[in-house]
Amino acid sequence: MSSTAIATRLRDLGQPADRGEPEWLVRSRASAFSWLAEHGFPTQKNEAWRYLRLGPIIDGEFRPSRPGNDLSAQIVNQLVPDLGGPRLVFVDGHLHTGLCTFGEDVQGLTIASIASLLTTRSNVLPAFFDDGDHEYRDGFAALNVGLAGDGAFIAIAAGVIVEQPIQIVYCSTDDLQPVLSTTRSCVVAEPGSRVVLVETHVGVGVNPSFANNVTRIDVGQNAQVEHHMIQNAAPQAVQFGVLDVTQGANSHFSSNAFSLGASVARHEVRVRLDGEAADVTLAGLYLPSGSQHHDNPVTVEHVAPGCTSRQIYNGVLDEQGHGVFNGRIIVQPSANGTDATQSNRNLVLSDRAEIDTRPRLEILTDDVTCAHGVTVGRLDEDAIFYLRTRGIAEPMARSMLTMAFANEMVQRVENVSLRSWVEHVVSQRLDSSTRLAAGVDADTAEVAP
Amino acid sequence: MLYINNLTASIGGRKILDGLDLTINPGEVHAIMGPNGAGKSTLANVLGGRDGYEVTGSITYNGLDLLSLKPEERAGAGLFLAFQYPVEIPGVGNLYFLRTAMNSVRRLRGLDEIGVSDFLAMAEAAMESVEMDRSLKNRSVNDGFSGGEKKRNEILQMAMLEPTLAVLDETDSGLDIDALRIVANGVNALRSTTRSMLVITHYQRLLGYIVPDRVHVLAGGRIIRSGGKELAVELEASGYTETVARAAAVAGTAR
Repeated sequence: MSSTAIATRLRDLGQPADRGEPEWLVRSRASAFSWLAEHGFPTQKNEAWRYLRLGPIIDGEFRPSRPGNDLSAQIVNQLVPDLGGPRLVFVDGHLHTGLCTFGEDVQGLTIASIASLLTTRSNVLPAFFDDGDHEYRDGFAALNVGLAGDGAFIAIAAGVIVEQPIQIVYCSTDDLQPVLSTTRSCVVAEPGSRVVLVETHVGVGVNPSFANNVTRIDVGQNAQVEHHMIQNAAPQAVQFGVLDVTQGANSHFSSNAFSLGASVARHEVRVRLDGEAADVTLAGLYLPSGSQHHDNPVTVEHVAPGCTSRQIYNGVLDEQGHGVFNGRIIVQPSANGTDATQSNRNLVLSDRAEIDTRPRLEILTDDVTCAHGVTVGRLDEDAIFYLRTRGIAEPMARSMLTMAFANEMVQRVENVSLRSWVEHVVSQRLDSSTRLAAGVDADTAEVAP
Repeated sequence: MLYINNLTASIGGRKILDGLDLTINPGEVHAIMGPNGAGKSTLANVLGGRDGYEVTGSITYNGLDLLSLKPEERAGAGLFLAFQYPVEIPGVGNLYFLRTAMNSVRRLRGLDEIGVSDFLAMAEAAMESVEMDRSLKNRSVNDGFSGGEKKRNEILQMAMLEPTLAVLDETDSGLDIDALRIVANGVNALRSTTRSMLVITHYQRLLGYIVPDRVHVLAGGRIIRSGGKELAVELEASGYTETVARAAAVAGTAR
């Protein structure tokens, strides 16, 4: 099917004429779909998509999701931690109020669903869907504007400190006909505010599903936003997400992205440093095994002078897993005094695993400190021998060293409950592959004389 | 009881051990001395079960064919190898490692796992005996440790894992005189009638602190001379070259 035909099909499926959306949104959606029809979906010629085979995904006959899909609270509680604060749960891309916890009202904190704001003639939303130039980064960005019917809206008023982390859970259900969920979430942290956001992607079932999410975060002057993303989606899920951040002067933003699940996951992080002396740390851990593909395009754009950025992404690649780190640093001519670093370390556990790591530095001014480093290696055999001489069996030794490598990223999470949960899912995920290795070992031991 | 019989070890076709024989009775401390390249570390590696060597001959320990066992099974059978260069393992906490090792060894020996409070009490006593800085408990294994701290950590592990045969590979290397004394005291505290030790060293210095029952000179991959503790002193005075030459002459006469 051609891109145009796919765009038309998705438009017709996703936009029944009687949806009664505001006129500005109808126009935005129409322009997004006509852009998509004209430009199509990205191909591997597109630098930011070059390691991903999109054909099978686009041809997957996905049907845009509808509201109303249900999931039991018991299942959700098994899939995500309880961090004590407010929790929004989206089921197949639509808010499920029965599964949400709003907690006590916090003065200056607004939590709402995009769907509810669309019906209340909100004046903040038009710019969030449409920045006016009708240009889209790629076909999936356009598709998001065309189809997004819900998402989280979180606003933190100036100077307000939100103590408890705010959880946003995206959950897919099991459906024989693959469902495409599209959300668009928006966080506005006004000057001097502070908030911790925890985004979790999970799912149930064995059938394919497709999520195409966008989250935009506006970090005001002196504001401090901490973002955690834990992608532990169902095994056949295709998980696309974009985190799009703009930072004001002296603001702090950090993100920890853990990619564990899905068959194909692409988590893009873009940060634009618009105000002076802002700082950002983007960390990530990807653990593809089986035939999983985990793609991590990261872009930091230094626009204002005197900003600091750190990119720290580590990967553990097992079996036929494929990991990608595509890290970009752009330093605009206006960004004097930029301090930007990037590091990407990879642990390869199997001969069939693949890692593509690609640092891209585009520096357009002289007054910068910029450093980047990449390593790709295997487990240290000397360390394995050392552990084995202490009585620790080889599979356990390998698992300990692998977990130690991953742990560096896990320990970056400051919130204790969240960290122990991340530790739990990461070790569970790593153990399931080392257990497999142990099984193979036992089989050959039986055959040996 | 350890019997090493006609042991050879080659790496990449190059023979490093060439017909080594050695017997150690329970409770005995034997020292192996020898010039650089004599095969001292290879002997330690082959005993520990490191991959990469072609080995012939036999090593029998308490009736077990040691060469057929995996490194972890050898630890279970009572062997402990103190490394010349202890490996740094970032991200694995020292106490977590120690407890995992201890419980692995205990399982292999058919014992129950040790409880947390018993473990901590035992670790505390063992750290005291090697005068170990307690801040190293929660650091990653050997990560950023000084040479002396690494060697103390080896002896700490030895105390906790309660081997019946300890092989100490150049435990004195990289130690100043104070650290040497502390490490040696730690080792001496572990001497017992049921625990044998094989102390591998280049210098006589260590043997002034850990006094051996027997001293062997390793050269060209085999033991060319054996004697009591006084042999170490003699070697220090005359040097390896003369000893090796004399041993060769004796061998020639015998032939």
